[in-house]
Amino acid sequence: MFKYVKQLTSLVAVFAVLVAFSTETMAAKKSKTLKNTQKKGFVRCGVSQGLPGFSNADAAGNWTGVDVDVCRAVAAAVLGDANKVKFTPLSAKERFTALTSGEIDILSRNTTWTLSRDADIGLTFVGVNFYDGQGFMVRKDSGITSTSQFKNGISACTNIGTTTELNMRDFFNSKGISYEPVAFEKADEVVAAYDSGRCDTYTTDKSGLAAQRTKMTNPDDHIVLPETISKEPLGPVVRQGDAVWEDIVRWSLNVMIEAEEYGITSSNADMMKTSDNPQIKRLVGSEGEMGAAFGLDNDWSLRIIKQVGNYGESYKRNIADTGILPDRGPNQLWTKGGILYVPPAR
Amino acid sequence: MKLKKFLPQLLTLLFIVLVFGFFTMNAQENMGTRGIEFGFGFLTQEASFDIQFSLIDYDGSHSYARAYLVGLLNTLLVAFIGIILATILGIIVGVARLSPNYLIRKTSSFYIEFFRNVPLLLQIFFWYFAALRALPMPQDATMILGSSFMTIKGLYTPAPIWTNFDVFLTTLVAALFLVFLFVKFAKKKQEQEGKQLPVLIISLLIFIGLPLLTFLVGGVDLSFSFPELRKMSQSSYTFDGGMGIPPELIALTLALTLYTATFIAENVRAGIQGIGKGQKEAAASIGLTPSQVLKLVIMPQALRIIIPPTTNQYLNLTKNSSLAAAIAYPDLVLVFAGTAMMQTGKAIEIVGITMATYLTISIAISLLMNWYNQRIAIKEK
Repeated sequence: MFKYVKQLTSLVAVFAVLVAFSTETMAAKKSKTLKNTQKKGFVRCGVSQGLPGFSNADAAGNWTGVDVDVCRAVAAAVLGDANKVKFTPLSAKERFTALTSGEIDILSRNTTWTLSRDADIGLTFVGVNFYDGQGFMVRKDSGITSTSQFKNGISACTNIGTTTELNMRDFFNSKGISYEPVAFEKADEVVAAYDSGRCDTYTTDKSGLAAQRTKMTNPDDHIVLPETISKEPLGPVVRQGDAVWEDIVRWSLNVMIEAEEYGITSSNADMMKTSDNPQIKRLVGSEGEMGAAFGLDNDWSLRIIKQVGNYGESYKRNIADTGILPDRGPNQLWTKGGILYVPPAR
Repeated sequence: MKLKKFLPQLLTLLFIVLVFGFFTMNAQENMGTRGIEFGFGFLTQEASFDIQFSLIDYDGSHSYARAYLVGLLNTLLVAFIGIILATILGIIVGVARLSPNYLIRKTSSFYIEFFRNVPLLLQIFFWYFAALRALPMPQDATMILGSSFMTIKGLYTPAPIWTNFDVFLTTLVAALFLVFLFVKFAKKKQEQEGKQLPVLIISLLIFIGLPLLTFLVGGVDLSFSFPELRKMSQSSYTFDGGMGIPPELIALTLALTLYTATFIAENVRAGIQGIGKGQKEAAASIGLTPSQVLKLVIMPQALRIIIPPTTNQYLNLTKNSSLAAAIAYPDLVLVFAGTAMMQTGKAIEIVGITMATYLTISIAISLLMNWYNQRIAIKEK
């Protein structure tokens, strides 16, 4: 009797392992991250610790910003609800570890796309949602209007663990200026230190400078210098090794940009279903089977546009209307003189 | 019978090995699927970031290994200064807490209760952002102690410029050795002949006089470069020459010292109170002066009580110095487990090295203090 129980349990165990294995491989074909996200019911998204316009939480804990909208778009696509996102605020230092260790599934945190990050550390950049460049902020009363007026001994406040630290060295070295780098772990401390007079200049991405300027005691006392010393294409990042998930995030972003190109907005998206233009119809899901390749339904892109809006709407709501950078500069569509150009969603 | 005794231990060992094995394999597998390679090759690569404050020659063209060394030395520097200052302050406050004077006693009690009950990180922020922010800009700074300036950008003091510094240093070491020999000789003389030599005065004479002599005969010379104000733009100034001590180091040292000294003060008080009143009275009755009572009877016994918990405080101070990252002091955590980790993405390797480093520092301090503790322990004869 005892013998049979033992045999039976081992048989059940073997069977269970086999079943687990087979479902596992089926799901792996789909996407492990997608499966887990749908099971949990929310998208796990890593954002900044507070950068107005990009990812910033209000007093009630509601996150807004163009980086936030990328995660909301993915949530709308895979879960049907743009609000089903769990945001994890991360410092520049923590962000990649949080992603590679599986604590979050999308890192949308004004992160610069570089070769070494893309190739070395188990990350995959899926696109660019903001073209930026590093600049300098100085106090207005210093009389400095250009970086050519920088003198030896200048102290520069910045964040650790960013491309900023490297660009800053390249810049000052090429100009032959000696400088004192003062690098903090959190952006709030950088702002506080610069604001108190500890540093003569504050350097980071220009969008970041514009956003952080609003946090200063007297924003009008500071100016951002015109020079841009580096290319900083910022975009969402995913873990290496899940190609389907990577595609979902990439195309969620692309759909937002392409929707703007074709004039589809959150308010007219439903009406666009009967448009004459086949590309518009594909974007709102009334033609083609665009979601099938990801294992999603056909309305995934329509939900993004309806719930989050197109890229232009997101930019206006988060960056332009808040007075951070009213001028879209390079972040304008390629058809309107900018460099936003995405492959066609077809 | 023997097996029964060893079986639980064997199983425990097996369990530990399996757990470690599982973690290692899990990490390897996950790193494999994400295309991350394990290795320490990055240490020889060019770091390409600059560090604000360094005790050794460093710039971005040096390797990550060198950047690690810079961070380590900065950590050791703040720990060393902190331990010395906290010990001095702790002893003073601990003794003051037992003072018969009401005002001194209550002031030290208040200091202890306040500083040990406020979280250290808050204190660091306070000294850096609230206290140092109140300091003047370089151009408004008033001169202190003749030629130093305390500004929001740091403390600027004259920098010593030595000629033949090696001669001076060698003499200093030799003087120290001579003092050591002399103290031994004096002790022996007292034990054999009961004669007391003026040890302190003669030691000081040797220690100060001998190095000073090198200025006259050894060709040693010391001059100073003084900090000079220079205008960088309409509103910003800086100092050239001299020695600049960054405000981050000052704030961190201040916070660590004031925090840790409270605990050491309590250890000192406990140590002194732990010695029976009879000891003091007995010592006085055989004709020892009050200072001799403290030095020869009370302290040797009190130290036995003070040292072990104080060792803990030294370890705490060293580890707490890693909070430096919050205020931009380039310690090991900020430079290596911060910037270097970000630039290389070698999280497991770097966190491993950093943990091993702190462990090594802590064990070294422990061993040193244990050795000292054994030396001062009462030896039964």
